[in-house]
Amino acid sequence: MLLESKKVQYTHPGQKTLAFPDIRLNHGESILVLGKSGSGKTTLLNLLAGLLSPETGTISLAGTKLSELKGQKQDLFRGKEIGIVFQKPHLLSALTVRENLELTHFFSKKEGQNLDKLLAELGLTAKAKSSVLTLSEGEAQRVSIARALANEPKLILADEPTSSLDDENAANVIELLKSQAAKIGAALVIVTHDQRVKSQIPNYIEVESL
Amino acid sequence: MNLFKLSWKYLTFRPLSTGLNVLLLAMGLAIITVLLLMQDQFEKKMTQDAAGIDLVVGAKGSPLQLILSGVYHIDFPTGNISMEEAKKLTRNRLVKSVIPLALGDNYQGFRIVGTNHDYLNLYKAEFAEGKAWEEPFEVVLGSEIAKKSGLKVGETFEGSHGISVGSHDHEDHPYRIVGILSPLGSVVDRLILTSIESVWYTHDEAESEEVVIESDSLATELPVAAAEEPEIHQDKFHSPVAKTGFPETELPREVTTLLLQYRNPIAAVQLPRQINSGTSMQAASPSFEMSRLFELLGVGVSLLQGLAFVLIAISGLGIFIALYNSLKERKYDLAILRAIGASRIQLLFLIFLEGIMLTFLGAVLGILLGHTFLWVVISQNDQGVVSTLQAWIFLKEELWVLGYALGVGLLASIIPAWSAYQTSIAKQLTKA
Repeated sequence: MLLESKKVQYTHPGQKTLAFPDIRLNHGESILVLGKSGSGKTTLLNLLAGLLSPETGTISLAGTKLSELKGQKQDLFRGKEIGIVFQKPHLLSALTVRENLELTHFFSKKEGQNLDKLLAELGLTAKAKSSVLTLSEGEAQRVSIARALANEPKLILADEPTSSLDDENAANVIELLKSQAAKIGAALVIVTHDQRVKSQIPNYIEVESL
Repeated sequence: MNLFKLSWKYLTFRPLSTGLNVLLLAMGLAIITVLLLMQDQFEKKMTQDAAGIDLVVGAKGSPLQLILSGVYHIDFPTGNISMEEAKKLTRNRLVKSVIPLALGDNYQGFRIVGTNHDYLNLYKAEFAEGKAWEEPFEVVLGSEIAKKSGLKVGETFEGSHGISVGSHDHEDHPYRIVGILSPLGSVVDRLILTSIESVWYTHDEAESEEVVIESDSLATELPVAAAEEPEIHQDKFHSPVAKTGFPETELPREVTTLLLQYRNPIAAVQLPRQINSGTSMQAASPSFEMSRLFELLGVGVSLLQGLAFVLIAISGLGIFIALYNSLKERKYDLAILRAIGASRIQLLFLIFLEGIMLTFLGAVLGILLGHTFLWVVISQNDQGVVSTLQAWIFLKEELWVLGYALGVGLLASIIPAWSAYQTSIAKQLTKA
């Protein structure tokens, strides 16, 4: 098993405890995490990314238990092995498109993918040296996907990647995530409340607050 | 890509705010640099110019004025003293040596100083060209005058009466240049040296042949000598001048200042009192008067220093505010950096680096500005003391300026850096 989560629970201060269904994924497999707003989908994503630590249960990625890593080691592990696509692109506006991707190599201390090839695959070659402020929303989203892929991670997490996109673009983004994850053999977890995605990724779990 | 480059990108992403902070800091540091440079060079110069002079004797008046005019050649002389009385001093057992000076004329603002060869030895003067004066109206130029006027050995010029530009010329007795000194870095560079006789004879002529209406009332008047026979004139103009001690003369003559060396430490206690109370002359010690002057100037210097520190404090505050504000906009950026593998420590460094780079730029710019400012001041003043300062000498103290600036940068970034360290990524990223 590449990604395995067992009996994971988490409580936000002053709220009910969230209990999440178990996830088991192999190389190249993908899964949707569905649920209403406020059901704790994003909390699950943060747990899987090691940004939050579960109260009970374990999450392991490629044999490493996330909750056992601390501080700097955890940051580095996340940089190397987990790529995250956020709901909004959140690119660093002081940098160009390519520099945004270069950062991932620097901070994770990993060579990762050839950036020029990656940019070409995502149709961003012409924008490589442009400031991210000049990008359209769709382009920015693709850059943020490229950033998640730049290190050839073992796990790709996507948080509502299609929420602000039209049908066509939404389908493209999911297709892109699927094909790229398959190419580098990564597990793909997409958190969404967008029912359109279900037609592309049949495998899903649902998160409900208890 | 690395932390340096990333910090730099963030700085250049906000050019106006960065520029303003750098400029503010640079201004404060420039003032400090100028003060450091001036203080260092003035003090060095003042000590150097007064080396070997224990006491200055001249006409009664302000002791500071006596020192400034007699040693540094910047103020007007206090008046003249009778040579008879001056000569008596040389016989005093407390006195080791006396160098007489006769002031009163200038050439384009450069002072003509009548003295003897001891004065050249006092400043260890060496000749770049030519030799010392032997006859009346032969002169030796300081290096700076030679450079600025372009005069060469063998050429002649006419002196003007008074010690500043604008008085009437002494047309009858042009000075002939017989030597040019090598640069010494002392007051001598700005002086035209000649014999005391030259100064006397110039004024004999001027005042026996025409009635002079002095516009410059402060200029030192040398006395009207009794009318002399023309033959004697010709004779004395070509007889050798005194190379040491006082010139021979039958007439009651005057000199302006005496530079005096003590024979022993007791002289320092007794001699000034003897002269000040026992004669019509005044004695002043260069070291004492100069420390008094620096004390007076100290108020102004402290004021400027205060202003510099206020500027630096404001720029420190500016840097703090700039970093702190940009941090608010950058919380997402920081969270993203953490998400792609940056550690808390790296983010801490990132913010510190930004503050330090900003102040480093300010420090370098400030030091350069300080030197440039001094250079402009110097090039505007081609005759005063200021003109002898050098703008492009770098002092060890300037490293302190740099260190001080970096300290300000560090201090200003502590809180922003800490807040970056504390950023919770999960909260930041899911707030959207």
